[in-house]
Amino acid sequence: MTCAIRMMGGQVMALVKSEELPVRIEQDVVMARQAVRRLSVELKFSLVDQTKMVTAASELARNTVVYGGGGTMRCEVLIDGGKSGLRLTFEDQGPGIPDMSLAMKDGWTSGGGMGMGLSGAKRLVNDFEIVSEVGKGTRVTITRWK
Amino acid sequence: MDRIPILRMGEFLLVSIQVDMHDQLAMTLQDDLTSMIERTGARGVLIDISALEMVDSFIGRMIANISGMSRILDAHTVVVGMQPAVAITLVELGLSLPGVKMALNIEKGMAYLRAQRAAEEGDGPNDLRYSDDGGAGYGTRQE
Ligand SMILES: Nc1ncnc2c1ncn2[C@@H]1O[C@H](COP(=O)(O)OP(=O)(O)OP(=O)(O)O)[C@@H](O)[C@H]1O
Ligand SMILES: [Mg+2]
Repeated sequence: MTCAIRMMGGQVMALVKSEELPVRIEQDVVMARQAVRRLSVELKFSLVDQTKMVTAASELARNTVVYGGGGTMRCEVLIDGGKSGLRLTFEDQGPGIPDMSLAMKDGWTSGGGMGMGLSGAKRLVNDFEIVSEVGKGTRVTITRWK
Repeated sequence: MDRIPILRMGEFLLVSIQVDMHDQLAMTLQDDLTSMIERTGARGVLIDISALEMVDSFIGRMIANISGMSRILDAHTVVVGMQPAVAITLVELGLSLPGVKMALNIEKGMAYLRAQRAAEEGDGPNDLRYSDDGGAGYGTRQE
């Protein structure tokens, strides 16, 4: 069931499926992981790629809960030419990130974390995009192609 | 389920993580293990993660914490059964878990813990460096 056709960079990209989940409490992080696992399996990602996407989702969902004060995760299954992919968008209306280059550094944390979530998630996916505005919120979009 | 069971086997504690843990559950396990090492005087902890399909920075930190804490309490920790896909992902995430002893399976993990204990029991009778504190792992160690 095709929900929409999108134009991306002049190319036709089909959005095959789209789901949105709340990411507000710790248990939602587990639900987010399980949703991403299920979609990665449906897309027939290799076990390693499944694990990478699930792990990246776990990091970003936790950040949404802990720092963003809660938000949502949107999952989109994409077909681009012959390729299929999974795109996840984590969005919150929290405090935003004042210093992005600092936040993206390995090992930097404003809390008690290890500071590996953002930089690590970026390494685990094909595309990583982060937009944040202080006082407005944060949106992180990751995509993994099969 | 709000607690992961910890089994006691002689001087070792065994944990098998069979569920997708939310953060609080991981924290509870860390606290439970620490207090149980203290209470029982356990000398080794084996954590089986073969059923875990993912280890992220939070669970990684929990594993590192348990391992570090057990050392302070004079016990060794070994983590067994990490799936290859999980290990690959963990490295790419940037977590190397320094100081955490890993073993392929439960048998190898148990063998490691027993070897650590044997080494700490002291060397042979003609070892002049023998100390009676049960051996904190210095001097008299035998691999
Ligand atoms: N959604 C968000 N809203 C506001 N700040 C955020 C958000 N996500 C991340 N940050 C900021 O970026 C920093 C780095 O995030 P990152 O996930 O890399 O590390 P961490 O969460 O501190 O630790 P770890 O993820 O390793 O447990 C955080 O400490 C926080 O200050
Ligand atoms: Mg984080």
